[in-house]
Amino acid sequence: MMIGVKKIGKPMDIKERSYLFEIARGMMTSIRHFIRNVLNQGAMPTLQYPEEKRVLPERFRGRHRLMQREDGTPRCVACFCCQTACPADCISIEATERDDEGEKVAARFDINILRCVFCGLCVEACPCDAIRMDTGMYELADTNRENLIYDLNTLLRH
Amino acid sequence: MPAELFMPFVMVLVAALLPLQLLPAMIWAERKVSAFIQDRTGPNRADILGIRLGGVIHSIADVVKLIAKEDMTPSKVNSFYYSLGPFLALFISLIPFSIIPLADTLKIGGAAIPLRAVTLDVGILFILAITSFHVYAVVFAGWASNNSFSLLGGLRSAAQMVSYELGLGLSLVGMIMVAQTLDLNEIVRQQGGTIFGILPAWNVFLQPLGFLIFVVSIFAETNRNPFDLPEGESEIIGFHVEYSSMRFAFFFMGEYIAIIGGSAVVATLFLGGWQVPFFDTEMLRENAMLAARIAFGSTAALCVLLSIILMAYDKKLQALYTDKRRFEARVLLGIVVTLGAGAVGGLLFLPTLSSLGEQIVTAIVQNTFLVGKILLFCFFFIWVRWTLPRFRYDQLMNLGWKTLIPLALLNIFLTGVALVLFDRGA
Repeated sequence: MMIGVKKIGKPMDIKERSYLFEIARGMMTSIRHFIRNVLNQGAMPTLQYPEEKRVLPERFRGRHRLMQREDGTPRCVACFCCQTACPADCISIEATERDDEGEKVAARFDINILRCVFCGLCVEACPCDAIRMDTGMYELADTNRENLIYDLNTLLRH
Repeated sequence: MPAELFMPFVMVLVAALLPLQLLPAMIWAERKVSAFIQDRTGPNRADILGIRLGGVIHSIADVVKLIAKEDMTPSKVNSFYYSLGPFLALFISLIPFSIIPLADTLKIGGAAIPLRAVTLDVGILFILAITSFHVYAVVFAGWASNNSFSLLGGLRSAAQMVSYELGLGLSLVGMIMVAQTLDLNEIVRQQGGTIFGILPAWNVFLQPLGFLIFVVSIFAETNRNPFDLPEGESEIIGFHVEYSSMRFAFFFMGEYIAIIGGSAVVATLFLGGWQVPFFDTEMLRENAMLAARIAFGSTAALCVLLSIILMAYDKKLQALYTDKRRFEARVLLGIVVTLGAGAVGGLLFLPTLSSLGEQIVTAIVQNTFLVGKILLFCFFFIWVRWTLPRFRYDQLMNLGWKTLIPLALLNIFLTGVALVLFDRGA
């Protein structure tokens, strides 16, 4: 099969080749934007970020939190489903026995937020609805790495 | 007459300070206008005690940054020419201001005092000569940097500037044929009055083709978009790649001052210079009282308008900020109200003007119009830059040699024919 060259559009006519009319049209477009933005600066899409914040959608995936039962104990049963599902390998759980019922419970539940890709697979994997990403927290910066590995208590607090 | 002795010094000072004062405003305008054209907000964060002035403070921050940066000299450069380049770039772009007439000549006690730093009868030739010097700065910088990329940038720039020099010079010939003089003040004086009673008799209406060619060429001469190939930031072949710190800033400032200077030249040659449309110097001097009243009145009106805008701005600031930035609008409002009160006071207690006072008022009004024209044309420079893409090198050369120069020659021919037909050439 031959490779053909497809010519798109027509060659420029004298009006287009003189540049002037096309330049004038372009200039009109940019001055229209300029005047509109000068007259109504609030209409620009820019947010003054630290002072103004974006309204998050309802299903926004922010920082994780661990849910509690009505008696205040964690819902997590240390089934390792989230740890297995996590593609970024950011969750590490240590299980222990619960005193009263013999059910498993997490002794340690660490999320390394530096590794997390906020995919939400851990939330889908959880059989007990113990882990959620509905805190809407996304300003997670810190000055040292240790503070960014969240432990059980931190995750339960929110 | 002492005035004759010290006025040249004052005018040299004014001619040097005018572009340097406009420079930060120009840089601010470049950022802000580009932002607004692209639907952005532009710089608004840097502040001094909460006063941000919509981003003007960023210019000060820039200066501090550029001074504080390390001034690198690469090891194998030709250090004399390497240092000479940036100085030439700034120095040469400042020179055209010395012969721009800032207002009509003052007459004090029979002595004429021209309001420009240097009185030259060959003003246009001087401007053309000085503009061609600009290429030396670029070539020195490109060659002395000992870097192939900057050498390429310098070469391209030299070729471009030399090509467009021809268009620049030829486009003015038609205008000189009409004006019959090279003296800038005389050219401006001839642009008073009207054509057919409706248009001011500016050269832009007498020589539209010449104006067009001159403007395109001055864009190329100042290395400005769409002809900014010497800088060519996206291709990273610029003549100043090896420069840092204040030496780079000198190129930067030189470029912007060249733009302001180019605007001043265009305003003088084609847009009537210091001519106030429909009012020549004599009429202004007779009505100096009225002119002063109008000046004070319009200042007061402007202050009222600014106050209204600032009050709306204050409301926005109060809602947005909790720190010291929220008081900015109130501080500015205080300044504006003081200014407005001063203008109203001037309007109420205006003394009767002497002959000298009338001339000074006239000079101030004319100079305001000149600066206004310069600023408008500077805005045009910015507006074009943020609209048009860059020319390819061969397109640039084609436009220069095959379009602009023949058009300039055609313009000379048409002007000659018109002069013969209307019998003004003889």
